[in-house]
Amino acid sequence: MPSASVLPSAAVSPAKVAALTFQELLFRLQSFWAARGCVLQQPYDVEVGAGTMAPETFLRVLGPKPYKVGYAQPSRRPADGRYGENPNRLFRHTQFQLILKPPPVNVQELYLQSLEAIGIDLSMHDLKFEEDNWEGPTVGAWGVGWQVMMDGMEITQFTYFQQCGGLDLDPICAELTYGLERLCAFMQDVDSVYDVVWARDPDTGAVVTYGDVRLTEELQYSVYNFEDADIDRLWAHFDSYEAEAQALLAKGNAVLADENASPTEKRRFPLMSTYELALKCSNLFNLLDARGAISVTERVGMIARIRNLAVGVAKVYVGQQAS
Amino acid sequence: MADFLLEIGLEEVPARMIAGAEAELGKRVNDLLTRERLLGPAAKVTSYSTPRRLAVLVEDVLASQADTEEKLTGPPWKVAFKDGAPTAAAEAFAKKAGVAVAALEKVESIKGEYVGATVKRLGRAAAELLAAELPKEVAGIYWAKNMYWRAGKPERFVRPVRWVMAVMDSSVVPLELAGIAAGNASRGHRVQHGEAPVVIDHATHYAEALQKAYVVADVAKRRHSIRKALDAETRTVVGARWREDAALIETVVHLTEWPTVVLGDFEPVYLSLPEEVLVTVMRDHQKYFAVEGADGKLAPHFLAVLNTQVDEEGRAIIRHGNARVLRARFKDAQFFWDFDQKTPLTERVESLKNVTFQKELGSYYWKTQANLAVAHGLAVTVKGAGIVFDESALLKAVELAKADLTTELVKEFTELQGVIGGLYAREQGLGERVAAAIYAQYTPASTEDEIPPSIEGQLLGLADRIQTITAMFGIGSAPTGSKDPFALRRAANAIVKILADSGLPLTLSEVMQASGADGENREQVAAFLRERLHFYLKDVLGYAYDVVNAVLAADANDVCDAMARAEALTAVRGSEDFAAISAAFRRIKNILRQAEEKGFTIAPARSETLSIEARQLADAAAALAPEVAFRRQERAYGEALAMIAALRPVVDAFFDKVMVLDPDPAVRGAHLGLIASVLSGFSGIADFSEIVTG
Repeated sequence: MPSASVLPSAAVSPAKVAALTFQELLFRLQSFWAARGCVLQQPYDVEVGAGTMAPETFLRVLGPKPYKVGYAQPSRRPADGRYGENPNRLFRHTQFQLILKPPPVNVQELYLQSLEAIGIDLSMHDLKFEEDNWEGPTVGAWGVGWQVMMDGMEITQFTYFQQCGGLDLDPICAELTYGLERLCAFMQDVDSVYDVVWARDPDTGAVVTYGDVRLTEELQYSVYNFEDADIDRLWAHFDSYEAEAQALLAKGNAVLADENASPTEKRRFPLMSTYELALKCSNLFNLLDARGAISVTERVGMIARIRNLAVGVAKVYVGQQAS
Repeated sequence: MADFLLEIGLEEVPARMIAGAEAELGKRVNDLLTRERLLGPAAKVTSYSTPRRLAVLVEDVLASQADTEEKLTGPPWKVAFKDGAPTAAAEAFAKKAGVAVAALEKVESIKGEYVGATVKRLGRAAAELLAAELPKEVAGIYWAKNMYWRAGKPERFVRPVRWVMAVMDSSVVPLELAGIAAGNASRGHRVQHGEAPVVIDHATHYAEALQKAYVVADVAKRRHSIRKALDAETRTVVGARWREDAALIETVVHLTEWPTVVLGDFEPVYLSLPEEVLVTVMRDHQKYFAVEGADGKLAPHFLAVLNTQVDEEGRAIIRHGNARVLRARFKDAQFFWDFDQKTPLTERVESLKNVTFQKELGSYYWKTQANLAVAHGLAVTVKGAGIVFDESALLKAVELAKADLTTELVKEFTELQGVIGGLYAREQGLGERVAAAIYAQYTPASTEDEIPPSIEGQLLGLADRIQTITAMFGIGSAPTGSKDPFALRRAANAIVKILADSGLPLTLSEVMQASGADGENREQVAAFLRERLHFYLKDVLGYAYDVVNAVLAADANDVCDAMARAEALTAVRGSEDFAAISAAFRRIKNILRQAEEKGFTIAPARSETLSIEARQLADAAAALAPEVAFRRQERAYGEALAMIAALRPVVDAFFDKVMVLDPDPAVRGAHLGLIASVLSGFSGIADFSEIVTG
């Protein structure tokens, strides 16, 4: 019998052999955390700048109810777009976002196991937890934590949320954010994110790369974000969404404060829709910023306007949950 | 005698906070044991830390406190015992003291006979006391930033506490921290040792047991091994040296439990980027040490300090990974550099209108215009004093100084503002003088730092900072107490330092004048600058506080002159003659103060009313005053002070023989006039009455 020919040759570096495709990386993370009791959510379908802003994080971390959830969230950062020309910067990247509320005592060990689950042999790498505290002024949130560094690269943002929507959290939660593109580029050992293998046909071995899937849209989004987005209309959209959100918040506060309102009436208040209007404002703010339409002075005021909406939504959510 | 060990196991503590916390824990444990009389005669306190633990070992702890006896005094004997039988008062006192009535004693005092009791207090066992008191000490440790982690938020700490070890010799001390009961098990290196507990069989075996679990608990030992490893790795490149960086060493010491080092390479093509950018990327963003060749220039290598020890294959993987990240970062920097060149600095000034300097004041464009006016004023004064410099280069530099705030490279590396502007100015052919001035505008960043090397750079630095100070004071944003959000003290320190080291012919009032400070604003700024000059002379240059007070009381306007006077005064301060003169001046001041309080008239000294000693003093002073004034003019302070010290015999004779406050108003007035003229005639260099004499 010939020896098993499927064994890799010694000349190939172990990192390459074990490297998962982009979609396999996501599968592995999802199954790892699903096996630990997490709800797997699908990406949220309103534009967000980070997985934190999806309601599965922003709303679920509020209040006393325990929750464990994981989801891949496409995250839009208009100012980070580079027309597809920069190998490391993207307008839209994918965060695998995990919320553990409350955090288990072995949360760090679980995290390390998740790295092993995606094929990283920890005994062959240098791992450090370096202080990195997080603050999201537009959502009134902050936490303390680390950037997890592997061989000099940040592979995960690990945050213990302390406050969200301007409210103190109890219990607090752990938020783990894996940057899938850079993690995958690291594991596949490619210098450009566009060379990351997204999928490989098991029969033919043919590969589809990240560039095949996304390069054109990165270019087009950059053109829109930096050149074509109509500044006056963006402002008008912002004002319009904000006005609708404020009107809804007023209604929500009124119904929650109304002693004669029935539990059903309180439950009917469209909190999610209100929050989505706030998210629209946040995305418009990012677009205006990328267009260079916001002066530093205006910036502070704009952040306060979005924060007001987020804080308002958080309060109504907590009130609604309690009633 | 026993040995005690406490270890607090934590999730990774921020590197910048560890050293302070380790020291504080050691001190708190030491103070607690001292306070509770639990330290033996040979006691030794050793503290340890890694990112995941703070520990303290105390050798020679007493097993328990010594027993004590206390004598208590109660009610008068007559009240406590009636006809030899104890009353209710005796019983109450006995109960309170915790003794039997039969054990009460009679105590004699000058006030009479009282009931007394001897109360024996048994010393508490160390373990019991530590269990009760130590958690409070740990909870009291200062952290720059805290967090909650448990539901119900029972405590805050820097990061979650995950295990606690507390051992007296070989026994667990039953204390509890953050809901975790102490045991005798620690944890080793996350990866190299794994999750198996590291059981310590005796408190003193702590460091040794951890060493076997791939943890070096002793900070000094880690520091030493990192330095050795950096040396060893660098030796693999002929003629290379690693760039010393003490702050970075401290950071990596507190990021590792089991440090090793790898040397990696980057493509030499990136050496065309400025060294400042390369080093900032390596040091601030990657925590790598830079390597230089025998010529002192940056070499295409880096040194990464790892928190693990792996075989050659692993080292190759880790080296490769780090190099990959660094390459991406350099590529980014290169991209920003090239991108920024498309818009020269001269075209960026206009867009400073969109960059806020300070909300109430205006944009950086406004700041630039204001700086130009200040720089112009300074230039006129300096030119007037015959100093040669390139005025048009100065004004160009001031105009472009803040333009780099709009560049991508400065947005990415904010710590390089100024430096980037200088490099771009050079690249864009704006002239070496302009470039050098922009480059060095934020130096000195501290009082140990060098000042800008060129006059244009010095004037730019002065103009920028005094403009900021005057404007901020103008809107009521002066620093208060520990609050100095705009770092105005640092700005003022830099002004003093630039004036001190450059020797520019500018006084503090001329600097203020150029900034347009006037009225109350000017008084506040003047007081602020004077306070910073005081700080500089005393805390930076190390002159005695009384010397500084004496010097600044005479004049606090010319920084270099104040330094020269402080130097001269310090040289004579110890001499006997000078001490006597200082004492005499203090006496003169006191007498004049009394005279003023009593409303005595001070008359010009007329020799016919004066005694011989007074006349001798008047003559000596009159003869000496112009000599001293001349030397003050010439800044020959040493000679001037020697002359003043030589007045001692006539001064001493005057005070020995003459009653200054003579009952005869005419004589008294003349005496007062005489000493007032001595005081004013010789206080131009320093107010000697401020000098503290033995």
